[in-house]
Amino acid sequence: MRGVVVAPALTAVLSLLILSCGPSQVRSRLEGPYPKKLSDWGLFTGRLAELKPAERVVPYDLNTPLFSDYAQKNRFVWIPAGVAAQYLDPDVLQFPAGSILSKTFSYDARRIETRLLVNARSGWTPLVYVWNKSQTEATLEQVPDPVAMEWRHPSGELLKIDYTIPNTNQCKGCHDQGLGESKTTLPIGPSARQLNRDFDYGGTRENQLVHWTRIGILRGAPAAPPRLAMWDDPSSGSVEARARAYIEINCAHCHNRQAAANSTGLYLTAAETEGTRLGVCKVPVAAGNGSGDLRFGVMPGKPDESILIRRMESVEPKVLMPELGRSVVHREGVALVRQWVNLLQGDCTP
Amino acid sequence: MTRCLLLLCSVVLVSCSREDSVIRAGADFQKRLQEALINAKPGAVIVIGEGKHALDRTLSLAVANVTIKGRGMGQTILSFQNQKSGSAGVQVTASGFTLEDLAIEDTKGDALKINGATGVVIRRVRTEWTGGPKESNGAYGIYPVQCKDVLIEDSVAIGAADAGIYVGQSQNIIVRRNRAERNVAGIEIENSQFADVYENTATGNTGGLLVFNLPDLPVKGGHHTRVYDNRVIANNTPNFAPKGNLVAKVPAGTGVMVMATHHIEVFKNTISDNQTYNVSINSYLVTGNPINDAQYDPYTSAIYVHDNMIGGGGNQPDGRVARDIEPKVGRPIPSIIYDGILDPKLTKANGVPDDQRICIQNNGGATFANYDAGNGFKTVVRDAKAHDCSLAPLSPVTLTTLGSAGGA
Repeated sequence: MRGVVVAPALTAVLSLLILSCGPSQVRSRLEGPYPKKLSDWGLFTGRLAELKPAERVVPYDLNTPLFSDYAQKNRFVWIPAGVAAQYLDPDVLQFPAGSILSKTFSYDARRIETRLLVNARSGWTPLVYVWNKSQTEATLEQVPDPVAMEWRHPSGELLKIDYTIPNTNQCKGCHDQGLGESKTTLPIGPSARQLNRDFDYGGTRENQLVHWTRIGILRGAPAAPPRLAMWDDPSSGSVEARARAYIEINCAHCHNRQAAANSTGLYLTAAETEGTRLGVCKVPVAAGNGSGDLRFGVMPGKPDESILIRRMESVEPKVLMPELGRSVVHREGVALVRQWVNLLQGDCTP
Repeated sequence: MTRCLLLLCSVVLVSCSREDSVIRAGADFQKRLQEALINAKPGAVIVIGEGKHALDRTLSLAVANVTIKGRGMGQTILSFQNQKSGSAGVQVTASGFTLEDLAIEDTKGDALKINGATGVVIRRVRTEWTGGPKESNGAYGIYPVQCKDVLIEDSVAIGAADAGIYVGQSQNIIVRRNRAERNVAGIEIENSQFADVYENTATGNTGGLLVFNLPDLPVKGGHHTRVYDNRVIANNTPNFAPKGNLVAKVPAGTGVMVMATHHIEVFKNTISDNQTYNVSINSYLVTGNPINDAQYDPYTSAIYVHDNMIGGGGNQPDGRVARDIEPKVGRPIPSIIYDGILDPKLTKANGVPDDQRICIQNNGGATFANYDAGNGFKTVVRDAKAHDCSLAPLSPVTLTTLGSAGGA
């Protein structure tokens, strides 16, 4: 009984201590309740919307990111002092308890939402903070409303975007891996293959894996880690390598043998080698209107006869893929995948 | 006094635990309901009040052992007519799921999709596309996939552009006392093991009741399904499925189709007035689709069709039956047709083993044809004598995790 009474007092003292460490200190949590305000995590210093990282908060980029309605993304990682992420491949790195991944979605200067994945005691926990109009704070929401956005594509066209901010279940819909009872929530982006690229750390460019190792937040990286192609940089890989990287990051979180779209038999990881699993000459199973009048997932040499392309070019809810996070067509991504389908050889006659 | 208080408390407690959350019509209905589903604790019962509730995005549930119930399939309606995002209406990825007494209408994609759950009860639920059969309707009404222990009963499925009730890649299934109308396929059991399908009515669909296996799926080799005491009547709606899908090949006027599967018993059903055929037993080969899946078994064996009332129909054959079979057998198409294609592995040694045969017995005066699809339709056999045999009856399905709720 006494312990119970003492505990809150202790906690209060401890939190005072933490607070007194100054505003640039990250305050991670291993369990809820989680802060209602993004600023309470202490990930950023100065004016919040500037996303100026606090001490030991490290910005990063991916070689080939998920397309999210042309939103720009700022990613940061924070790992508790004294511990480090463990190198893995091809899976995402193994981050220690308490680690925080932060991704802020913006259109030009306007911040829309910041998603956190916190490696809590119960596993990775998704939290979504929605920015206010005055851009002074972002607030935790479970079921955020969509945001109507207008954004000018470099071609000059004004795109009307029904920007969806995911609810907690939708976060898990993409981040859960494993079937049935063995589901676990995991990050998707920060694999060694995705992180293996240079980043501009305020004037000095350095490979991200080298940088992470040097500052002590990554252990076990080999001398020559694998690298995923950059979808939009032809010098980084062949059309096939870039298209497959693009398809992986946009599709494979569901379309793999251990995730939600396992039942479709369509598996779109960059490592997949079997043509049918990639949709080549594969008849649709439960695609409904997704298939349109097309017979195969991918028809070699014929993007216009490939369900994969049809789904990427659609904005109808029942047709479009990915199911979530896209309300306009990613023209540049589609162009790349079309190029890949065009290069495929063979035909689908029985 | 104390006694009264205690009694009062327990009444309050009971009512709290039975209906710990009632979501009523009003502002932010969708948000309140989705929040309730996210925050539900295992064991929770979430009640949705009466009314036609408009939703514009997918509802999802990921917490195990939750019951969602309405006030009746005519009283509590989740309408997705103006759905803006997400394909499914209600999407469930949690075990121990029960859905009762409500309707899901006009979703863009599937109405109710349940993925990877153990223990699923769908009771008195209606899924419907209210504009009637249209290609633009969603694919599936009630759609458990990769589930175990599934009970679908006293439900109604109308207007799906693929299947009204579709159980895929699942195990231990009871589908009973449902009504499937004006879908492309009324009821489909696909790549699934151990299903009892009984006392259902399938009428006005393109095809009434289909049991089959498809290639290229992670869960293959469905087997053991009993189809009995169903009414499969006048399923003659023109096929309105988008073309690439397998069901787009189902001829309008299909009664019961058994394809590429094994250990299927079809008995005591009333199957009538299906204008292409009442019953077809065939391999996957007649679809003309390529097979790139080395582990897929496209053949059909151990099928026992007996004691059914079969009659009428066959007068307006459609699709491949009109193209390939009618020129050989004429009209009406016989009530039970068989493609005659045998697994070469079975015929190699001493003919087809007794327990692997296609047996057809006691179906009144039902006519028959083996249309010899394996040899270019060369030798049509109209006498069912070669199939006058019986197979051991299949055992009833038990749904172990559902306890008494799943009893047959």
